[in-house]
Parts: sequence; structure tokens; C-alpha cells
Amino acid sequence: MKKELAQSIHEALERQNLAGILDRWNYPATRAKAYEGIDFEAIRNRIAEIKGSAAEHLEELAEKFKKSAEARGAKVFRANSPEAVKDYITNLCKEKGVKKIVKSKSMASEEIHLNKHLAKHGIQADETDLGEWIIQLAHQTPSHMVMPALHLTKEEVADLFSKETHQQQSTDIQQLVKVARKELRGKYFDADMGMSGANIAIAETGTLVICTNEGNARLVTTLPKIHVALVGLEKLVANYADAEPIITALPKSATSQLITSYVSFITGPSPNTDGSLKELHIVLMDNKRTAMAKDPQFKEALQCIRCASCLNVCPVYRLVTGHVFGHIYTGGIGTILTAWFNEMETTGDIQGLCIGCGKCKEICPGKIDIPALILELRRRVASKEGLPFIYKTALSVINNRKLFHAMLRAAFIAQKPFVKEGFIRHLPMFLSNLSEYRSLPTIAPVPFRDVFKKIKQPQSKTKASFFAGCAIEFVNPGIGAAIVKVLNKAGIEVVFPENQSCCGIPHWGSGSFDMAAAAAAHNIKPLLADDVEYVVVGCATCATALKKEWPHLLKDQNMDSLVPGAKKVAAKTVMFSELVNKLIEEKKLTPKDGLKLQTLTYHDSCHAKRHVGIDKEPRAALAAAGYELKEMFECDTCCGMGGSYTVKQPEISMQMLKRKLKNIEDTGAEYVSAECPGCLIQLGGGLHKSGSKIKAKHPAELMEDKFK
Amino acid sequence: MFDKFKAAAEAAGNTEVQRFGAKAEALIFIEGLLKKEEIKDTPGFYAVWADSPFLKGIDTKELAAKVPGLKFEVTRELAKNAKIGITQMEWGLANMGTLAQDSTAVEQRLASALSWIHVALLSTDKIVADLPALMTRMHPGTSNYIALITGPSKTADIERVLAIGVHGPEQLVIVCVDESGGMN
Repeated sequence: MKKELAQSIHEALERQNLAGILDRWNYPATRAKAYEGIDFEAIRNRIAEIKGSAAEHLEELAEKFKKSAEARGAKVFRANSPEAVKDYITNLCKEKGVKKIVKSKSMASEEIHLNKHLAKHGIQADETDLGEWIIQLAHQTPSHMVMPALHLTKEEVADLFSKETHQQQSTDIQQLVKVARKELRGKYFDADMGMSGANIAIAETGTLVICTNEGNARLVTTLPKIHVALVGLEKLVANYADAEPIITALPKSATSQLITSYVSFITGPSPNTDGSLKELHIVLMDNKRTAMAKDPQFKEALQCIRCASCLNVCPVYRLVTGHVFGHIYTGGIGTILTAWFNEMETTGDIQGLCIGCGKCKEICPGKIDIPALILELRRRVASKEGLPFIYKTALSVINNRKLFHAMLRAAFIAQKPFVKEGFIRHLPMFLSNLSEYRSLPTIAPVPFRDVFKKIKQPQSKTKASFFAGCAIEFVNPGIGAAIVKVLNKAGIEVVFPENQSCCGIPHWGSGSFDMAAAAAAHNIKPLLADDVEYVVVGCATCATALKKEWPHLLKDQNMDSLVPGAKKVAAKTVMFSELVNKLIEEKKLTPKDGLKLQTLTYHDSCHAKRHVGIDKEPRAALAAAGYELKEMFECDTCCGMGGSYTVKQPEISMQMLKRKLKNIEDTGAEYVSAECPGCLIQLGGGLHKSGSKIKAKHPAELMEDKFK
Repeated sequence: MFDKFKAAAEAAGNTEVQRFGAKAEALIFIEGLLKKEEIKDTPGFYAVWADSPFLKGIDTKELAAKVPGLKFEVTRELAKNAKIGITQMEWGLANMGTLAQDSTAVEQRLASALSWIHVALLSTDKIVADLPALMTRMHPGTSNYIALITGPSKTADIERVLAIGVHGPEQLVIVCVDESGGMN
């Protein structure tokens, strides 16, 4: 990570007003209310289909749009580069004697820094969207795609307005809005040109659809005699009817509204106030969109409708804002768009901010797998630039379990001076921020492979292979022992293939897909060596690899011969709680009589809930084993561990943990459980550091003595 | 359909929906509103009434004489100084309380976008279910500027606090008339 990024993260974390605003909004609940009675999956499938198909036919639709709009009297200019857009608009201004422009929101114009260019030519362009005007006065870029000035406080806005009006303005928000109304009113009437973007461009009819709440686009497109619309090619849809699902979803996802106050469909010029006909210019801008549409992975990003819901639910965005996470286009999707529109170099650092929790993917109305695309960016950056030496070395080591084991044994001895109650509470100097909010786990004195050898198991025909993963193997082998114990109660004999190694997710998450595939290749044979009915995993991250990713990874790396084996593993793989719940339902496991009721809150690990879809099973199994569930607020929000994320972005990780710990404490439960040793390291370490009475335990540890 | 429309429209905030059986009753209500809002022949206190089918059969000269400041000619300057703008909308959407109009004629936009209070006339029988229903009735092939309006102009751009009336009307008054004769 570059120093500047670390510094800007640090500064953003000092200023948490945007996070506070998002909290007060309670977006997930208000969004759900706006979608009441609407089948979200159905509507996003339609949008994905409409926009996906448009991305495949960009050239054809652009030409059709041009033809339709020109038939109605508009002038359409197709521009490939930002320079072509700037030249066209500047020349038009010169030709028509335009000195003043009023603009309604156009992210495409910000993408190419149009205002700055116009100013150089003596043309003043004033933003009229309140948020855009505020950041224009502040000489800043948007921190949020829908509400661009969300990072500024009312006091800061009052200062900006006072300077602009040469008059002291109050900090009352209602008053401030009236000041903006008064100031901007005059500008609409004086302007020679109105400039807008568009939310949708309909090829069939040559129509621009513009949604606003403030009504500024109506004035911009009505009062000046010339209207220039700057539209990115990704706004194209084929038909009039295609606009409907987008108009329906956009306001609900963007601002939890049923519809924006104003929606305008502009097709060709309308009359001006003096009876003349308006001059309507539509600039269709490419700027890498066609290249993006041709990329098999990234064409999906053109399905974005710019609602910014991915920002509103992102646990990283809320902490650092779009000034750190993104550039003009912000957050997860912004990182992807920035990489394309502004060249890959700007993404080198910011793509590392995504923790991959998958929250955004669940609510994206364009059905874009944002974390997967960011990972793909990471892969491309990693394969172009290579991983930093230290990560590469670490990742090679964990693929070699014998070497890893030897190094960890050495670490076990080295860590002794810092250990207290099984945790490392403080680390010296340069590592100290890693233990600021969280005690670190210690390396276990005896790894699981040696613990396993001493477990006496009943023999059985039903066998399950146990995939431990690095954390259970070396940090918390007790979880593995508990898993064996519970499965034995159900008459299942557990085998532990000694040849297993890391699942490959750390390599995958770092963009090193070749090393991840090597990890998969290494594990398949040992796991299938015995004739087992199940492959049991006690770690949600490993489960993601075994159940989902290995077949794709191997195929992607041209290791097709291993794909059938990977698929066989995937079919047999179960998460521990998933299997226990099944065994309880099949009456193969019976809870003991008279169990003392204990209270528990459950943390959904990102991998468990959003990658392999396991969230009900652990709750049901734990309830059967005598635990009363006390759900915490945001139970499925990331704890901030994210594998190596906590090492690469320690400051963000710690802030995420802080919030999670509060939510856990608020339940007053005795235990917090998660079926992910990574989350448990984070949560357990945090609870230990803060001196909490709540214990973080794996479901297996909580259930090991609960069955007959 | 009307009840659903009214509930949805009023849920958008600063919006009231009135319903009258006959046009004459609606006119009495509007005159009362103009009086209440102290419409007078002074800049800032004008009311502009854009061409509407509602006005068919109404002596606008007489009405203008009765209410000084009420203008039936909608120019930039008059609309800029209007407190109230009156326009007739073509359709209502029951599910969202949305109004729809072919606003190609610039007077319609001036009256509804610049005033503090927008009075929107609507024939009750022109309320349809939702956006797809509207899109079968209005088409950009025949209208250059289709405008959908739901509630007043609003923003939440400062600290995500709602503020009404940023560039357009602060208040929306929807006047529904059942008597279809004279509204079309």
C-alpha cells in the first residue's frame, strides 16, 4: 500500500460524519420498505437482461439512437475520447457565443473534468444540483454517487455559502437550501446553455430520460435556448418499454423512494419561451465503454444504473467515503469504472480496499457481482505488476504445509514473551496497530494433525473426510477435535488426510489465481482417497473454495483434467453445522435431556452466508443443542477480518471490528458463535482485548457435549 | 383507484389531494386558494394558469378581473414571479401518486417548475394503475417532453436531511374533478 493511501485512510477515519449520516438513514430498512410488494429478483433480472443485451449491442444501439433522435430534430455527436467531447462542446459554445452554462447532474462530465476545461476557455459552468453545487464551491470531487456532498457538515456548507454570497449564512439546513434556490434561480435565467446528463437513452425513440428530485433538470432543459446532454454509451437501452424497470428500481435503490419527484422524457427539441425551437445536442460518449463491453468479465459492469446502493451497504465505504474508495465514481462499482475510464493505474491501490464481503452483490439492481469484478481487477494488477515479494513468499509457504508447519513451530516459541491467557495482547512497535483493538491469537502448541492421531474413534461404514484449513490446524485445533466428537456421536467415522494443505482462498483473494489453482490441485486427491460420504469443513472460507470455487479456478487455469475431481469434492462438501442440522433432522443426533439453556448471538461470516448460503442451519442446530438465540444488529455485516485484509488494511479492519463488538455486546448474550475460524480470531481477540465476558466459540465447540 | 392515488400522492409529503364532483366546485376551491395565498398583482405574488382543457367554457377575462395577479399568459418573467402555477395533468398513477403530462408546450413547464405552489388539475377518471399502464398511453413518439411529477421539489443533499422546495414547488395541490365533460 502506498503511503498516500494509508494517510488518506487515516484522515478519513478521523472524520466519521458520513458514517453517522448513513447510520441515521438506516438504508437497508428504508430500501426494503420502498420495494414492498415488488419482486426484487424479478426486476433485477429484467434490468440485467436489458442492460446486458444493450452492452452486447452498443454500436448498433448508438447508431439507432442517433438516427431516431436526429429524425426528431436533435443533433447527435458520437465522441470516442474525452478530448473529442470537450472540443465539440467548446466549439459549440464559441460558435453560439455561450458564456454561461447551467448544469444538472452529469457524472460523465465529471469523469472528463469538463467544467475545468470550459473555464480555461472563459466559459462558466455552474452546477445546479444542490450537492454538486456545494462540491463545486468547495473545489472537491463527489464522495457519494447520488449524494455527492454527503461528507460535508451543515457548518461547512454554511461557510461555503457565506463565502459565495458575501453574507453570513446560518447553519439551518432549510435556510441553506433556500439560499441555494435564490442564488441559482438567477443563473438559470441568465444562462446561454443548459447541460444535463441522462439516466437512460432509448435507442428506439431517441429519448433521454432524466430523473431528479430537485427539479433542476427541468429548469436546465427549459430556460436556456440550447440544451446539451452528455451521455455515456452505457445509458443506452433498446426500447421504450426497457426504461420502465430502471425507472422503477433506481429511486428505490438510490434513495429508498418509490419514484423521484420528477422524471422527464425528452425526445427532440421543444419550443423555447420566445417561440423558437430549442437547439438540442446529444453527445454520446464512449471513453472505453466499447472496450469494456468487449471484455468478457467487465461487460457486466455496464449493467450499473448508478443507484449507489453498493456504497450504502459497504462496510468499508461508510468508514472511508468515496474520496478514498473510488474517484469520481465511488465505492465498489466506482473502483471498477475508475479502472476503465481512468486507466488501470489509479486502481492499483483502491481495489485493495474491497474486503469482498459480498453485501453489495445482494442488493445490486443491475445484478453485478461487484466483489468478483474487483477481484478480477486485482488479478490483472497482480499478473501485470506481480505481488509484493512478502505476500508472494507467504502465499507460497502456506501451500507447502510441512514448511508452514515448521515455521509456525518456530513462531510458537518466538511468541512466548507476548502471550497471556492464550492471546497476544500487545505487539512491539511496528506491529502495534494490529493489536490495538484486538488481541492476536497464538499458535497452538500441538497442531490438529497431531491431536487427531490421539483421538479414539469408533469404526463405522459411514466415513467423512475432514478438511481442517490453516486456522483449525494451527491456531485452534480444539475446534477440529470437537467436530470429530460430534460426528462420532452420529456414527460417522472421521478421516483426516494428512496431505491436505491450504484451500487457496488467500491466494485467490490476492488475485493470484494460479497459486490458488495449485492449492486446489494439491488437495483433491487426498480428500477423495478414502471412500467418504462427506467432506466436512469447519471453516466457511475453506467451504467457499471446496464447494464453489475450485472447479472454476481449475478450469480458468486450464487444468481441465482436475475439474471432475473438484466437482466431486464440491458435491460431497458440507459445512459442519449444515451436516449436524441434517443429522438432527434425520434423528441420527439427539440432544441430551435437560440441557441448561444458554444464550447466544450468531455472526454470519461473509463466506458462509453470501458465498455458500449457509445461515439458517447453524442457528437451527445450535437452538436444538440448547442455545437461545439473541440476534444482534447487522448480524451479517463483515467483522473486518477478511483474511489478509486485516494485515493490509489494519485501520479499517479495526474500525469494522469495533462496530461489530458493540453490536455483540448490546445483545447481552453469553456467547457469540460463527462458523469461521477467521471471524472467531477477530471477534475473540476483540472481546478479549476489551475485557468482555462474552466468549467467541465455534458451533462445534458449543455442541461437543450436547448430544446423546 | 382514487383512494390509492390520494394515499400515495399525499405520502410524498407537502401534497394534498382534493376531489370535486363538478368543475364549478373545483373552481370555487381554486379561487379560495388564490385568495388564501394572497395572490395579487405584485411580482412574487402572481398566479399563472397554463392553457388547460379545464378552462374551456370559463370566462378567463372575468376570472382575471376578479383575482388581480392571476395571469393566463405564461411568460418567463410572469412565471419567475409567480407564487402559484396551475396546470392540467393528463394522467395519474395510483400506485405512486404520480402525475403525468405532455409538457412539450413550454408554458406548462414554466408554470409547474418555477412557482412555489403547483396546483395540478386532474380528471379523476384518468387515474391508471402504474407506470406500465401509463407507458401504453403516453409515448415519446408523439410527445417531445413527457413530464412525471410526484410530490414537491426536494433534496437531501445536506447531511441527508430532507428539505422541500429547492428549485421547484414547495407544495403540490392536486385537484381531481369527477365530471369528465369539460376536462377533456
